[in-house]
Amino acid sequence: MRLGYAIPLVIFFALAVALYVGLGLKPRDIPSALIDKPVPTFDLAAVKGRDKGLATADLNTGEVSLVNVFASWCGPCRVEHPLWMDVQAAGNVPLHGINYKDDPDNAANWLERFGDPYTRTGADRNGRVGIDWGVYGVPETFVIDRQGRIRYKHVGVMTRDILDDRILPLVRQLQEQKQ
Amino acid sequence: MTWASALKAIAMAFAVIGFLSLAPGTPSALAQSTIDVPLEDLSEESRAKALFKILRCLVCQNQSIDDSNADLARDLRVLVRQRIAAGDSDDQTVGYIVDRYGDWVLLEPPFKQATLILWLGPLAILILAVGGIALRFRRRTVEAPVAPAPLNADESRRLAELLDDVDTKDGTS
Amino acid sequence: MIAEVGHFALVLALVLAIVQSTLPIIGAHRNIAPWIAVARPAAFGQFTFIAISFAALTYAFIVSDFSVATVARNSHSAKPLIYKISGVWGNHEGSMLLWIMILSLFGAAVALFGDNLPPRLRARVLSIQGMIGIGFLLFVLLTSNPFERLANPPIDGNGLNPLLQDFGLAVHPPFLYLGYVGFSMAFSFAIAALLEGRVDPAWARWVRPWTLAAWCFLTIGIALGSWWAYYELGWGGWWFWDPVENASFMPWLLGTALLHSAIVVEKRDTLKAWTILLAILTFSLSLLGTFIVRSGVLTSVHAFATDPERGVFILAFLAFTVGGSLTLFAWRGPSLKGGGLFAPISREGALVFNNLLLTTACATVLLGTLYPLFLDALTGEKVSVGPPFFNSTFVPLMVPLLVAVAIGPMMAWKRGDLAGAIGRMKFGFFAAAAVAFVTWYQTTDGPVLAVFGMAVGVWLVAGSVIEWAGRIKLFSLDPAASWRRLRGLPRAAHGMALAHIGVGLVVMGITGVQSWTVENARVMRPGETISIGKYDLTFKNAGTIQGPNYSALRGIFDVSIEGDHVTTMTPETRSYPTSTMTTTEAAIRPTIVGDLYAVIGEPDGKGGYATRFYVKPLVHWIWFGAFIMVVGGLISLSDRRHRVGAPARRAATKTLAEASA
Repeated sequence: MRLGYAIPLVIFFALAVALYVGLGLKPRDIPSALIDKPVPTFDLAAVKGRDKGLATADLNTGEVSLVNVFASWCGPCRVEHPLWMDVQAAGNVPLHGINYKDDPDNAANWLERFGDPYTRTGADRNGRVGIDWGVYGVPETFVIDRQGRIRYKHVGVMTRDILDDRILPLVRQLQEQKQ
Repeated sequence: MTWASALKAIAMAFAVIGFLSLAPGTPSALAQSTIDVPLEDLSEESRAKALFKILRCLVCQNQSIDDSNADLARDLRVLVRQRIAAGDSDDQTVGYIVDRYGDWVLLEPPFKQATLILWLGPLAILILAVGGIALRFRRRTVEAPVAPAPLNADESRRLAELLDDVDTKDGTS
Repeated sequence: MIAEVGHFALVLALVLAIVQSTLPIIGAHRNIAPWIAVARPAAFGQFTFIAISFAALTYAFIVSDFSVATVARNSHSAKPLIYKISGVWGNHEGSMLLWIMILSLFGAAVALFGDNLPPRLRARVLSIQGMIGIGFLLFVLLTSNPFERLANPPIDGNGLNPLLQDFGLAVHPPFLYLGYVGFSMAFSFAIAALLEGRVDPAWARWVRPWTLAAWCFLTIGIALGSWWAYYELGWGGWWFWDPVENASFMPWLLGTALLHSAIVVEKRDTLKAWTILLAILTFSLSLLGTFIVRSGVLTSVHAFATDPERGVFILAFLAFTVGGSLTLFAWRGPSLKGGGLFAPISREGALVFNNLLLTTACATVLLGTLYPLFLDALTGEKVSVGPPFFNSTFVPLMVPLLVAVAIGPMMAWKRGDLAGAIGRMKFGFFAAAAVAFVTWYQTTDGPVLAVFGMAVGVWLVAGSVIEWAGRIKLFSLDPAASWRRLRGLPRAAHGMALAHIGVGLVVMGITGVQSWTVENARVMRPGETISIGKYDLTFKNAGTIQGPNYSALRGIFDVSIEGDHVTTMTPETRSYPTSTMTTTEAAIRPTIVGDLYAVIGEPDGKGGYATRFYVKPLVHWIWFGAFIMVVGGLISLSDRRHRVGAPARRAATKTLAEASA
């Protein structure tokens, strides 16, 4: 029975290892249920003051694209905004924006003031399209492949590192795959 | 359900429907449904309520959308009501949301291979524990005491007195 | 200046903790009297300095010194004074300081009141406390310094989270910490006993008051938190199986098991190794709870700022403390040979049964709480484990336990008479059956389990009363004799009966609110009336009002029963300018038989408002029952046997009289 006294220690050790691994994980990030699935069906009018709206067809043109969910009331969106301006300036991949649950005037002013990095924008006034995309917070960013499938989702603010190490390499890889 | 309460429920349903149809400018079902108000049809609303309780509020992380004030919870409540009003079954409605958010949106973890340990765990722990205790008991059996000779009247009386005293002094804690 | 004094005091406390952790324990091992004697003054000194530090931080909060980073992040000049003070522990750094202060407080208490302890044992206990103190002091000084200064202090602070400005919420952390940290005493006693290589009934008697005190505080803390959630969060939920709630519940479950198992050690000199293990595990769960809340490993509405760096530190501390103590247990545990044998059907057996179910329940909660983490770590898959899992696993475990609680105290030690005990419960059984029948008859639209739940609650209350009445021979002797017996009973007997009655009340409260809550939700316009339960509510009007730091939509409802006006309720939805969140302030009318609960929601744009009403039967019995449990615990705590201490060991054969003292 002497060995029995060591059982608690063994169990605790396993627990500690699991917790250590757990520290490296990010429990708030729910993986997208839509990975590898086609982009949802939607059709949104442009944000006020912009002329190009965003619909499913625009993401099915045979090009790789990025879709960024943003709002004028969202602080981190402001923080990541310069990165998107850079992406637009580099011109390697079209960037579209879904404006989530925003007031039209506020959104228009926000884009005017800080700059509009989006090729196309869609105004999702009531958040229903966001739900179709599995959005649960802002900002979120999706990578769409040539066939109009969602291949990657990033939750939360975009950083230079993530953009350079994950997003853009994935974009390049998808662009190399023809059909 | 008693007859009285059933009648009250039916009366209330009629009242609500009646009032809403009489009031001028009653919003159409579509416009009204973006607001977080109960459905007119009571049976549909109670189905919706039941579904609210099993769907997780994703930005609160441990409340159901029934319990939460958050914007997203509200939007999902509206969505569930819309789908039910549009004729979806309970499974279809839940499936609609799970399609978009994954299994994680269900408060009750589904019973599948990945969650076997979770669901069977408690019972397994209980069985193991009982087994462990039984093993220990077997090692230390209590011998049956030899029955002592019965007490005579005098001894019985003394025993009763002593037990009386013991009762008052001996606490269990 | 004051902040620097506070900081310096912490460093001094650390030095004292190091002294306290080393000299006494070596002195006890080598029998060096002066080193053993260092323990007491070191413990007093450590507490004094940490108290100074805590006072310094409190001062900074009260005067709103925004050059101190913690104050700037978590306070605001417009906060009422009481919330400035409670803001001291409403953040990670300050709450850690409170933790250590309570840790050193318990150490000082043992130093002060532990005269009945043998000096070597006391020295070891204080050394272990000191070691825990070192760990936490290092944690605070290295990663969570509350006295950090800001180079450019802001004009005003950042901390005006409206949800935190609430009495119930402000007050429950100190009680929780008194509980969590209180279990460190049992832990220290356990380690000291393992080091000495001896656990005897005297040890159990010394450990009990500290464990009981911690248990009382933890019960209060959990009950306060639950009550707060009921009136503040949404629509009257009172328990969500949230990871942080579970983190406080698990030590409570094991602490309850520990209290009961220590009885067996004291009375029958057996179950020693198990009790030591429980003492270690209870505090380990307190530490685990600290880890869970502060590391970001699990998410929760409660979690403090998530910081993996802090998480690594706490995890390392956890590994060292728990790992070390379990290693010591694996090594020394086998030498703790037990004494008395007992039959499965006996009071010891009942207490083993109690421990079995409580421990399994605790393990179940732990499994459910950590499972998402395990799965994510192993396979990357994410599942969420919510209330449905816990309800369907925890409740079935509790039911047999509750049934046994009424019978257990009636069983004799060593070999009990189960049939006799059940026979004594005849009256209890009839009472339970009667209540079940009445319940079923009155309210046929509740789940069948509800009837069973009420029956179990009544069974518990009746059982406790019957057992207690039996002890004082209430109906077999004349009242004067019974009264004499009552006075003669040790206080712990009264305490136990009361605590178990409290549990019965909690069970009935939970059954009531979970089974028979009535809800009525619809859009209402001013002038309309709605009925719920026996109440009629007339919506008078709704309007916007301004509060001190918020604006609110307030609805006014006249409540009447059968035409007689009873009260006016004014639920609100408040918006705070400093934060995007809104809070619902439900209007609650509590009565003994149930609460009327009113909530006003958003306007529908057509002059109507979304409203929700609930009648929640017996809900306050939950917290009232918890209160009775604590009263019982406190009465037990005041038992003179705890103060006088264990009787000296006699070499001579024990006589009946001695054994019963």
